[in-house]
Amino acid sequence: MASLKDLRNRIASVTATQKITKAMQMVAAAKLRRARESAENARPYAARMAAVIANLAAGVSGDGAPKLLTGTGAQTKELVVVATADRGLSGGFNSSIIRAAREHVAAAVADGKQVSVLTVGRKARDQLRRLYGDRFVGSIEAGIPGLGKAQEVADAIMARFDAGDVDVVTLYFNRFASVVSQVPTMRQLIPAQVAGAAPTIDLKGSSYEYEPDEAGILATLLPRNITTQILSALLENQAGFFAAQMAAMDNATRNAGEMIAALTLIKNRTRQAQITKELNEIISGAEAL
Amino acid sequence: MEKLHFSLVSPERELFSGEVDQVDAPGSEGDFGVLAGHAPFMTTLKEGRVHVHLADGMRVFDVQGGFADVTPNGLTILAEHAVEIV
Repeated sequence: MASLKDLRNRIASVTATQKITKAMQMVAAAKLRRARESAENARPYAARMAAVIANLAAGVSGDGAPKLLTGTGAQTKELVVVATADRGLSGGFNSSIIRAAREHVAAAVADGKQVSVLTVGRKARDQLRRLYGDRFVGSIEAGIPGLGKAQEVADAIMARFDAGDVDVVTLYFNRFASVVSQVPTMRQLIPAQVAGAAPTIDLKGSSYEYEPDEAGILATLLPRNITTQILSALLENQAGFFAAQMAAMDNATRNAGEMIAALTLIKNRTRQAQITKELNEIISGAEAL
Repeated sequence: MEKLHFSLVSPERELFSGEVDQVDAPGSEGDFGVLAGHAPFMTTLKEGRVHVHLADGMRVFDVQGGFADVTPNGLTILAEHAVEIV
């Protein structure tokens, strides 16, 4: 049985751990509020952009249509972008994204596709770089999500697309459904996913005027749409990460509390047993006289 | 006067949404003004200022890049960067 001193040391150490997890939980909660706000603020732009593109895409078809919209005509070379957080201590947040992406890659490889993997976030890099070897084409740190970061990721994707290295680009991230639920989600970036049943706006008889022209607008719009999609994914990821971390740290704090209670019980029993033993020794010593 | 529904959004947030009298914006092929009932029209924007005429004054935004979309439902400007000039 552990001595009284060992027990006291263990309780002190668990208490120290609990203080850390408690602090981390509160920091994550504060950051979550801000991350959630920016994720929600970014939604109108992404939604409008999707509506406008759906509108334009309906009017453009055939050979003149940009490749970003219609694809290269082939489906054989796929780039999978896996976006996680830079840090852990967030329960299953990162591993659920990575698991979903790995399943997708395995299925695509089985289909005979040439798959390459680009990661955003240190956790995805650490877990996938060795696993995929030659398929792994690069990594970008998640850092602070923002337009600049989204642009950096978009540029890396566009460089490969323009070079003809990829036909299809998919992005994996966690959608922030609620504080308790983050859903690993796949979003296809190239060819652009046009919202299926986008309600075409009733023009009341008149037709759209374009300046410069339809193709010109689409050409500037589609790359920007990719950046927007990435930005929204990064922001959702960030909010989801803090929510997951908050939940994980809350659990850890509670577990530490339970552990302290159990150890304190053992400590008190040990102490009492020792006192009883000492009393016994004193009494039997006195009787012997 | 008939009102035009106008919203100005940047990737970070929605800067303005509401009913206005008129909006002047810097189109890539020339500045233009939009009143209620404008014909459907879409253009890319160049760097410049968007003037929003309200019933009780005017608000001005600095925008960089983006595009404007006029539909019978109103005008939407999606700007890459936008800040209000006080």
